[in-house]
Amino acid sequence: MKPDARRRSGRKATRRQFLKGALAAAVGGGLAGCDVTTREAFFHRRFKELSRAEKRDILERLERDYTEKYGSPFSVSADPAREGVLFAYALDLSRCVGCRRCVYACVRENNASRDPAVQWISVLELEKLKGVDIYDSNLYYSPEQVPREGHFYMPVACQQCRRPQCVTVCPVGATWQEPDGIVVVDYDWCIGCRYCMAACPYGARHFNWGAPHVDQEDMNRETHYLGNRPRYKGVVEKCTFCIQRVRRGRYPACVEICPVGARKFGNILDEKSEINYVIRNKRVFILKEEINTQPKFYYFYGI
Amino acid sequence: MPVGSQRRWTPGAWCRQRPWAGRGVVPPLACAVAVGLAFLSGPSCRPTLAEGTGPAESLATEAGRDREQQGHEQVGAVVPEWQRAAAGTAEEIEEFPVPPPPFSYGIFPCSDCHGDMEVDTKPRKLEDEHEEIVLHHGPRERWCFDCHNPGNRDVLRLASGKTIPFTESYLLCGQCHGPKFRDWRAGVHGKRTGRWDGRKEYLLCAHCHNPHAPRFPPLTPKPPPPRPENIH
Repeated sequence: MKPDARRRSGRKATRRQFLKGALAAAVGGGLAGCDVTTREAFFHRRFKELSRAEKRDILERLERDYTEKYGSPFSVSADPAREGVLFAYALDLSRCVGCRRCVYACVRENNASRDPAVQWISVLELEKLKGVDIYDSNLYYSPEQVPREGHFYMPVACQQCRRPQCVTVCPVGATWQEPDGIVVVDYDWCIGCRYCMAACPYGARHFNWGAPHVDQEDMNRETHYLGNRPRYKGVVEKCTFCIQRVRRGRYPACVEICPVGARKFGNILDEKSEINYVIRNKRVFILKEEINTQPKFYYFYGI
Repeated sequence: MPVGSQRRWTPGAWCRQRPWAGRGVVPPLACAVAVGLAFLSGPSCRPTLAEGTGPAESLATEAGRDREQQGHEQVGAVVPEWQRAAAGTAEEIEEFPVPPPPFSYGIFPCSDCHGDMEVDTKPRKLEDEHEEIVLHHGPRERWCFDCHNPGNRDVLRLASGKTIPFTESYLLCGQCHGPKFRDWRAGVHGKRTGRWDGRKEYLLCAHCHNPHAPRFPPLTPKPPPPRPENIH
């Protein structure tokens, strides 16, 4: 340090010290007025770094908040990934009739906003003569009855990539891939920059432009911290393979609702699983293979 | 070729010299194979799920810690329940738990009406009863008794002459639809509910396909999403 600088610092605070103090005072003063819960929510660390006790505290706080807001008891779990499990999904294009039952089952199960509408599954109508040409697809088809002559249907949701570009671009680490392969978002950490939406080649991420609205009686109260718990305005959300269900051994909601049985789900590492059978015995393809995102969502022809 | 390269040691050159000849030493190729095998079978080489799955190891390690603790207390508890459940399906797989067949109300047992009725095997248009049944299933020659049992109507009859209850009608369908039956048994054809890690619930073919006209009927689609220009 130069002599004159030292002289200055001895006389009074440097600019840096002053700013530090001012900031601390501003933040401290602002939060002093808040209750303990808000302070905890403000200062907690990233979800992945939390200890078991801290996680429990956060889940309890969320359950309290949601119970208060939505009227009846709420469960927020954080079931971890199981060892030896890698989830994958297969969809039979020769079966799907485009009835959109899956879209609405997903919305209901995952507490997605009804107004403004947020739908994690997009069902595309394609022409048989053109094949899988998603740039020439119709998302807004609404005939009296489906399937329409000469058309086939291709539901697209999160492809749960093994190399998820949405995770790569997130500047704050609010989204990551779990050990069982599910790409999740921490809604408490997301800053709403929507980089992930720009990076996703499948249009699978959705932004809450408005405060999500779900009627109290429609609210699914069995939730997971990284899945279907109520979201905020200004955060990104996406399909999690119904993490709240699959981590407890159940099938995703879209699998259970599909009237034609086109949707298959399971542990790809288990040789006896349906998904393993599909990959071994059927002709499968993945969407946009050339960009090397390596999805765990396979399309196949069951015929 | 550079001069120095002749002096360089290479495995090929070393083998050609046969330094093990007459010394009772195992040839190097066999050594390499043995070492390789040992390496491959060792635990260090097995792929683990933690590799390449990105961050969030904390949840996994936490689960692992739980399992370790359980393992110390009781050896049998190391295999989690879901894995045992999954293993159990191997023996149970031929059971195919299905809900009751989709009979119209009051139609079963068939013997209530057919019990003392004379059997008419002649193909004809049904007029007194079952007039709603119009066969759209395979060749024109198909008739009731290709599947139904003329003697006892409460059971179905396979081509072999063996009779089966309505709850096992998949055996009947599987006679002709072999590849579909194979996929169905594997859980791939048709809707599968239950648990992905354990007992799966099946549906009979007749739950989705009308056996008399099996083509899947068209459905009314749910409404499309709002167009971006209509979102306010």
